[in-house]
Amino acid sequence: MEEINSLLHGFSVALTPFNLMLMFVGVVLGVLIGVLPGLGGANGVAILLPLTFTMPPTSAIIMLSCIYWGALFGGAITSILFNIPGEPWSVATTFDGYPLAQKGRAGHALTAAFTSSFIGALIAVVVITFLSPVVASFALKFGPPEYFAVYFLTFAAFVGMSKGQAWKTISSMMIGFALAAVGLDSVTGQLRLTFGFMELLQGFDFLIAVIGLFGIGEILLTLEEGLAFKGANARINLKAVIETWRELPRYWLTSLRSSAVGCFMGIVPGGATPASFMAYGVAKRFSKDGDRFGTGQVEGVVAPETAAHAAGTSALLPMLTLGVPGSPTAAVLLGGLLIWGLQPGPMLFVEQKDFVWGLIASMYLGNIAGLIVVLTTVPLFAAILRIPFSIIAPIILVICAIGAYTVHTSMFDVWLMLVFGVVGYVFKKLDYPLAPLVLALVLGDRAESSFRQALLGSQGELAIFFSNGLVGTIMTLGILMLVWPLVSAALARLRKAA
Amino acid sequence: MFRNLKTGALVALVAGAALAAAPMADAQAWEPTKTVEFIVPAGTGGGADQMARLIDAIIKKNNLMKQPMVVVNKGGGAGAEGFLEVKNAKGDPHKIIITLSNLFTTPLATGIPFNWKDLTPVSMMALDQFILWVPADTPYKSAKDYVEAAKKAGPGKFKMGGTGSKQEDQIITVALEKQTGAKFTYIPYKGGGEVATQLVGKHVESTVNNPIEAVSQWRAGQLKPLCVFDDQRLVYKGKVTETMAWSDIPTCKEAGVDTDYVMLRGIFMAPSVTEEQRNYYVSLLKKVRETPEWKEFMEKGAFNQTALIGDDYKAWLQKEEQRHYQLMKEAGFLAPGK
Amino acid sequence: MSEHSRHERAAVSYRTMELVVALVIFVFGAIVVYDSARIGAQWGDDGPQGGYFPFYIGLLTCLSAVIIFAKAAFDAARGRKAFVTTSQLAMVLKLFVPTVVFVGLIEFTGIYAASTIFITFFMIWLGKYSWVKAVPVAIAVNLALFLLFEVWFKVPLPKGPIEAAFGLA
Repeated sequence: MEEINSLLHGFSVALTPFNLMLMFVGVVLGVLIGVLPGLGGANGVAILLPLTFTMPPTSAIIMLSCIYWGALFGGAITSILFNIPGEPWSVATTFDGYPLAQKGRAGHALTAAFTSSFIGALIAVVVITFLSPVVASFALKFGPPEYFAVYFLTFAAFVGMSKGQAWKTISSMMIGFALAAVGLDSVTGQLRLTFGFMELLQGFDFLIAVIGLFGIGEILLTLEEGLAFKGANARINLKAVIETWRELPRYWLTSLRSSAVGCFMGIVPGGATPASFMAYGVAKRFSKDGDRFGTGQVEGVVAPETAAHAAGTSALLPMLTLGVPGSPTAAVLLGGLLIWGLQPGPMLFVEQKDFVWGLIASMYLGNIAGLIVVLTTVPLFAAILRIPFSIIAPIILVICAIGAYTVHTSMFDVWLMLVFGVVGYVFKKLDYPLAPLVLALVLGDRAESSFRQALLGSQGELAIFFSNGLVGTIMTLGILMLVWPLVSAALARLRKAA
Repeated sequence: MFRNLKTGALVALVAGAALAAAPMADAQAWEPTKTVEFIVPAGTGGGADQMARLIDAIIKKNNLMKQPMVVVNKGGGAGAEGFLEVKNAKGDPHKIIITLSNLFTTPLATGIPFNWKDLTPVSMMALDQFILWVPADTPYKSAKDYVEAAKKAGPGKFKMGGTGSKQEDQIITVALEKQTGAKFTYIPYKGGGEVATQLVGKHVESTVNNPIEAVSQWRAGQLKPLCVFDDQRLVYKGKVTETMAWSDIPTCKEAGVDTDYVMLRGIFMAPSVTEEQRNYYVSLLKKVRETPEWKEFMEKGAFNQTALIGDDYKAWLQKEEQRHYQLMKEAGFLAPGK
Repeated sequence: MSEHSRHERAAVSYRTMELVVALVIFVFGAIVVYDSARIGAQWGDDGPQGGYFPFYIGLLTCLSAVIIFAKAAFDAARGRKAFVTTSQLAMVLKLFVPTVVFVGLIEFTGIYAASTIFITFFMIWLGKYSWVKAVPVAIAVNLALFLLFEVWFKVPLPKGPIEAAFGLA
């Protein structure tokens, strides 16, 4: 096959000692970026970009993409240890990862997260290697109605998964939607819900809400019980790694499903964050342990991490072939390509074979390097839990404040983070689920604008959402997901009757 | 000093060695003393962002500045976030901002209290062009053909994709409608790359992408340019595809749909900075424009290499502001009270 | 909410908290409805206007708040329980108040001075560490943050007079 030859050639380009060294440097930097909420992947890539001008483009892109892998891996670490997602796509990892850590199984959760990330990425790279042309033309089929259908499917997969009172779920989700609407309406160019406050122009950033609701809220809750983190007695040796690896093959179906969700969302491009939520929702619905999700199930870590990494990886495909970045980090990488005189888009695969196949080969190697680096750090990170609370708590708060500040370099956001912290604390105690709020905040705006773009195009005809096979199928899937609890209940009743 | 400004004010179509040789001794009096923040009032990956990151890269690569520079994206509220930050950083010489047409359109469309006069104009870097694109396999031979087809299909049946709402792409669409009597449905997307892809996927009938946003799809035979929205053709004669160069694209006037619009890519500073501080950046940016990397980028993106500074720049801005006010008023895009 | 805490005095009951939160959510929803109606919440010729979705989102928020309010008002059994006991609240405030002061301090002194003071204070006050241990930890953490953000990744953080004195701000 032609691809195999090209790939082997790619390996020969990528596999020099210099490039291997760059890979490890990139991954370590990336993990750092992923861990600290104040540094985004885009941030690090943008800043290191100039460093790479003196290198050949292939080496440079290898290092930069390894920062990207590192950041994807690293996002899970603080989610699991402190319930603070370092990156948006690791929010869903907190749902089961943090309870696992509280049970003293932080090492297991970290291992599961890293390994699943690796598997997700690997599957996505294989897809990129062999299906690039097919996949690129598939992505072109996505217009506004299709995008809306994808967001609808994400909501449908996730909704109803939260336990507790139905009205509180609705309340929480509506608050998320309302917060997402604040700022400039991208369809009409009007300002909404800003009331003349210039600080509100940029809207409510997802990261600030998440740091407050999850991070600060959790620390406040923890404090009620005294000055300690639960799970401090975590076993911190490499045995946890082996144990988890023995457990993981059980979840092969979840991994496969989540990879499919991730690849799909990355290519579309819907992004890694919705992919992780969707995969979690799907896993919960189809797993036989679904009811116990949220209490610390390894499977609940596997699903979002696999999907996030698969999406993050496959997001590079539309960037390379269409010039449309699937994520902010990919956007900065795109800028890098331009500076090196490479024009992303349909001609890249034809004109820059060395570069493209070197990059694809480095995706394999970079993820292996990434897995090695993060697995060896499992004991190190788990050991952070042993640092006494009165030392680590103020440090976490300082880092949260920095994280909130850096989003828009604005002190307003730091205050906002504290407000979200109190909201998170109160909501959690009153059983308002936080996940629907966060999901609505991250997707609400995008879902609304694709809905309205679609209707502009159809001149107000709602039938546009069932106008072709693709959009119709996704919408139908979404509706099925939505009514699934009713269906399965009905099936169960039938079975009982029979 | 003013002698230099005048020299620099020449249209730098060929940014020549003569300019480089112009003495700038008195402009070197002030230098940044800490990290310079380069603000982009737009998201990552767009045209302004690309140019800012390229300027940053050129400065670093050629060691044009002793202090480091960071590019910061502040695109909230159609760029208002970035503009207001610089407006409020009165007298701070360590902040510069790159602008696009939202310098005029954002305050006009939203009523945000901001005007370009709140900033200190430093230098125009280039003007970005707009081209009418359609998918390559459509039968239209010229812009005229296309507009006729749109008219025949009926009002609102043809969709025009563009970036943002009540911004340059939509202004051009409205101007085109006024000129030809055709009626499009304008669909706002988030970024130029997305718009070009949507056109390739035929979710819209045409777009007014900047050259750099669609050049790759053109070369791949997916899109074709119909006309350029300027009063003269593009100057770049090198072949982009097998048969065509940028200069082979007719102007929209030639094509019988007389509409023109170019977009500012310029640099501003905070208000109340000193003359020396401004001159430092004027000369820094001039050095940037003289590098081969910059010229390559200009050609790749088929930019109009007009670069103005000083009073000429101000006069140009004044004229453009009035023009945008007029265009937006005609289109009904003004915020209440403007 | 461990066993013994139930016998402690409640700072605020569940019912009060439920009612207050529902009320706040209702007001929030009402604000959203009000502003959406202002910018137009109709279904226009070419799809919904700018305020259409927020308008109904706001309405639903209000509706859910009313239902939660009513449910909480009649749920006597759960309502009497403590939302937070005085001792729990004291613990939470012990962390929260210094954090608020810390954020306020950033506005004046910049991040580095503020967080050095914050970490030192926290370690001594709540952790009962000595100065000898607290100060070096606080300084080391800030040095690391400075190197990481300011030097390596060139992320500008809030600065105050101290950084200015070093010529950094």
